[in-house]
Amino acid sequence: MLKINLIEYFENTADSFPDKLALVDSTSQLSFHALKQKAKRIATQITKESHTIKRPVAIYLPKTNDAIASFLGTMYSGNCYTPLDTKNPVPRIEAILKALNPSCIVTNDRFIANIEKCNLDIKVINLDQLDEGQKIDENFNYRKCIDTDPAYILHTSGSTGVPKGVVISHLSIIDYINWVVDTFDITEKEKIGNQTPFIFDMSTLDIYLMIFKGATLYIIPEQKFMFPATLLDYINENEINFIFWVPSVLVNIANLKLLGPIKIPTIKKVLFGGEVMPPKHLGYWINNLDKNVVYGNMYGPTEITGTCVCHIVDDTFNENESLPIGKPCRNTDILVLNEKDELCKVGEKGELCVRGSSLALGYWNNLEKTNAVFVQNPLNKSIPERIYRTGDIAFLNEKGEYIYIGRKDFQIKLSGYRIDLGEIEHYILSVFDTINAGVFFDKAKSEIVLIYESGNEISVKEFRSKLAQVLSKHMIPTRYIKMDILPKSTTGKIDRALLNKKINNA
Amino acid sequence: MKKKILDFLTEIRPEFDFAASSNFIEEGMLDSFDIVSLVASLDEEYGISIDGTEILPENFSNVDSIYQLLIKNGVTE
Repeated sequence: MLKINLIEYFENTADSFPDKLALVDSTSQLSFHALKQKAKRIATQITKESHTIKRPVAIYLPKTNDAIASFLGTMYSGNCYTPLDTKNPVPRIEAILKALNPSCIVTNDRFIANIEKCNLDIKVINLDQLDEGQKIDENFNYRKCIDTDPAYILHTSGSTGVPKGVVISHLSIIDYINWVVDTFDITEKEKIGNQTPFIFDMSTLDIYLMIFKGATLYIIPEQKFMFPATLLDYINENEINFIFWVPSVLVNIANLKLLGPIKIPTIKKVLFGGEVMPPKHLGYWINNLDKNVVYGNMYGPTEITGTCVCHIVDDTFNENESLPIGKPCRNTDILVLNEKDELCKVGEKGELCVRGSSLALGYWNNLEKTNAVFVQNPLNKSIPERIYRTGDIAFLNEKGEYIYIGRKDFQIKLSGYRIDLGEIEHYILSVFDTINAGVFFDKAKSEIVLIYESGNEISVKEFRSKLAQVLSKHMIPTRYIKMDILPKSTTGKIDRALLNKKINNA
Repeated sequence: MKKKILDFLTEIRPEFDFAASSNFIEEGMLDSFDIVSLVASLDEEYGISIDGTEILPENFSNVDSIYQLLIKNGVTE
């Protein structure tokens, strides 16, 4: 019978491979049986504390086996999980929690103090205090969930300062992962080396290939990515054969020419996404790994679960041509629409829109933002049908492949992190309330630039140390330019187009 | 040269006191972006090319270890 929620997939896998390794992090490893028991114990505690169903449960833990056990525990309890970034400053966590209003928070001894600082009346489950001897109540509420119920909520940068919570259903993940399994021939033999944080939609693929097929998920310690030679050693030590990483990591390894001195013969599948992969660096990987390695360029925003367009690199690969984002995934349709909301012709640029089961349910507690981008398909006049407007500009080439051009708004991508420049501006103006400022992106240097108008100079140190208290590190500008007067348009607003041209020498 | 190393570190993460730390990595003062920027700055300043296999935690744990790495790469005071 068709499985209708993610726990049914997990139970099936745990029954097939009870003693096989499911998860490995820097301090522990769990078999599928042990992971199931841990998840059930967490579920019992969630149900005891909150009695809720289909409500968010915030998971405030670092990237560990415990975090994944908590995701599963939340779903066993019939609720949906929301991973929060333990590296985020407390005010950002507080803003997310206020908008989310979760039924409880799962954390541990190390991070519980940050939650207490938030001053919110939310129940807390401390995993370090969990009673290991507690009886597991097998009457799990997940059996009351259907496939259109939410499974998780991931937060992405929002222009008004509060991140948007993208709500993804069980059905969307089932639809996505079944496509990945068939396309990349995934079995329990996969040893997945995870790079992306669990607050990223890219990690959905890593986590659910483990859950659906019994693959082993290695949560690679973050320090390995600072020192890529040690990362390659880690791959060899653990015989990792599958990776889905952001291009920045692959580019760094290529720039350091590490695949000559350190061979990684176990790698069979190299997928990447989250930002544009430069073809020269991909060429370096292709030339240095085994000829049979499969490379996949995966495109898709959080709002469509993971990947909606994919290009598997073939013989036509040319280092001097930009890589297509490729063709639509199974059960996904792409519409590139022009400004009149008509379907673009081959070669004509327009906004990339998506329809299919992969579409998010919407933004949590934010009907206005939801209705702005999840809209009626303008080409369908007969029945209600939602499409998601990505805000990405693309065109279709003669080979039937989509080519990505850029954004139509102020959103940027930095090492896979999706950042709305408006969110950075919002926080800067709230911390430095005597200045006027605009935030820009220097594309050539991949650098966030702050241009500000102020009577007196503010030191970079002052900017950075104050901003570190409210913004994630990757959102903090790295270049600061003071102007006596910012150029303004006739309406009195900062002339962004002019300043943007200056920064990008366009 | 040690002063210059400190300057580069402070430029990358002005919020930290690198002189007072004995292990930047353990104390979480640098991340992967920072290491890339630091290596680029050192390469450019001293006209060297630090080998990828030398970019290891033990060579970037404090000012002294970075200093030793530069000496090994033929940099002189």
